[in-house]
Amino acid sequence: MSPYEQWVALLTLMRKEIRRYTRIWSQTLLPSAITMSLYFLIFGSLIGSRIGEMGGVSYMEFVVPGLIMMAIVTNSYANVVSSFFGSKFNNSIEELLVSPTPNHIVLLGFVSGGVSRGMLVAVIVTIVASLFVELNIHSYAVVVAVVTLTSILFSLCGLINAVFANTFDDINIVPTFVLTPLTYLGGVFYSLELLPDFWATVSQANPLVYVVNAFRFGMLGVSDVSVGFAFAMIGAFTLVAYLYAAHLLRTGRRLRT
Amino acid sequence: MSYALEIEGLEKVYANGLQALKGIDLRVAQGDFFALLGPNGAGKSTTIGVICSLVNKTAGTVRVNDVDIDEDFPRAKRHLGVVPQEFNFNVFESVEDILIHQAGYYGIPLKIARERIDTYLAKLGLTDKRHTRARMLSGGMKRRLMIARALIHEPSVLILDEPTAGVDIEMRRSMYDFLREINAAGTTIILTTHYLEEAESLCRNIAIINHGEIVTNTSIKNLLRELHRETFILDSRRALPDELTVSGFELTRIDDYCLEAHIEQGQDLAELMSQLHGQGISILSMRNRENRLEQMFVSLLEQAS
Repeated sequence: MSPYEQWVALLTLMRKEIRRYTRIWSQTLLPSAITMSLYFLIFGSLIGSRIGEMGGVSYMEFVVPGLIMMAIVTNSYANVVSSFFGSKFNNSIEELLVSPTPNHIVLLGFVSGGVSRGMLVAVIVTIVASLFVELNIHSYAVVVAVVTLTSILFSLCGLINAVFANTFDDINIVPTFVLTPLTYLGGVFYSLELLPDFWATVSQANPLVYVVNAFRFGMLGVSDVSVGFAFAMIGAFTLVAYLYAAHLLRTGRRLRT
Repeated sequence: MSYALEIEGLEKVYANGLQALKGIDLRVAQGDFFALLGPNGAGKSTTIGVICSLVNKTAGTVRVNDVDIDEDFPRAKRHLGVVPQEFNFNVFESVEDILIHQAGYYGIPLKIARERIDTYLAKLGLTDKRHTRARMLSGGMKRRLMIARALIHEPSVLILDEPTAGVDIEMRRSMYDFLREINAAGTTIILTTHYLEEAESLCRNIAIINHGEIVTNTSIKNLLRELHRETFILDSRRALPDELTVSGFELTRIDDYCLEAHIEQGQDLAELMSQLHGQGISILSMRNRENRLEQMFVSLLEQAS
């Protein structure tokens, strides 16, 4: 395909993906706003007022970046896993497989759907958060870079999950048993300084730690880990996920017989 | 000679060890109307799956309009339009969206896609369903939608896997006319079907596949020429006499007005008519007892196994 034809194919996929989740906005965009409002109210406002400071800022300010990032992670993941698995389930993925659309465009198309939903939810949750606490941005560049990289990373993870999933139950296993625990243990609600040395070291293997802390640095200027190292880790995780997803599409594993 | 499709030594062994294709060779000339016949599980859909990249082959080569799928599959795919046996679109999308998306995957801009959608929806009688969600369409409409989708990038080779399954007779006939029209305009058509009369009335050449092997590959005319015996049903104008003597022909009385005549290759039908007429029997109408191709199909499969 010529570059222009690839561009047309990418726009087609992006348009399709964005229309999919905006058409069912009450299932895709609204729940995050409600859930995060409850988090802000309970953990930030009610319980947070009794906790005092954490990481040098009020507890409410401390949890906001983590909760925004949690929304980005779950939404970008959920968007791609449900869309790609849905296409597999109703066999409409064959429309793409029989076409000359290159695999990198297929990947980019699905990922851009996840990224756009992640970012849209981030904006919604940030607006909700601003009702509870005054928000300041320490570094716009870091915020934009972390949001973009994180939503790409978890969109790719969603696609990998969808490739291997056989049933709708399979697409809920990873978010329930992997993603949610990693998010809660990734420093959304506490500083790693509070952990014993052993568990603080174990936490270094959790990608959510780097995502949450880099974003917290972008918003508050505080982080439990070096921001440069956090970006390197997020970048490495993203590269590995991209290469593996591209490998799955190239070999047609679980897609072609 | 340049072929629309050339398959050499194509083999497919599935992960469970099933050998679905055992080294098949097949050539379809450009502009041909070609039938691929075979019983369930013979390897038809596997062959089509390999051609359109839904099935990974184990061995062999496939060329579409001289483009080897191992060397440049994206270019080969541009030549191909595929109508699968099962519905494979998102039923929650509208007819128009399904077609726009498919056009987009081939790099066709929206403006051109909309023009082609106008054309193909009109030709396939779906214009008034343009904004209808696919799940609201009848089975026949869904099948026509898949044909429109397969043609949206204007391929030179159209492959149809059981295209008229679940389509009523009237719609089937209009679909035949449409397929003849695009074939006459130069599109090579390859179809698999269970309706053998469909192959006989539409196709010029035929391959029969069984247990992953090509049993025969010839023209429909040649295939029918190989028939040694045909059975005709003769309807008499008046009640048949109790005693009926016709020499050289095997006849079976079905009822008072109906006879079955078994005609061997080389026997003269006029001679039979003459003998019947001599006994005061006037034949009102005559028809084949069964589809001739079906007879041949069954006998070939029996020979092969």
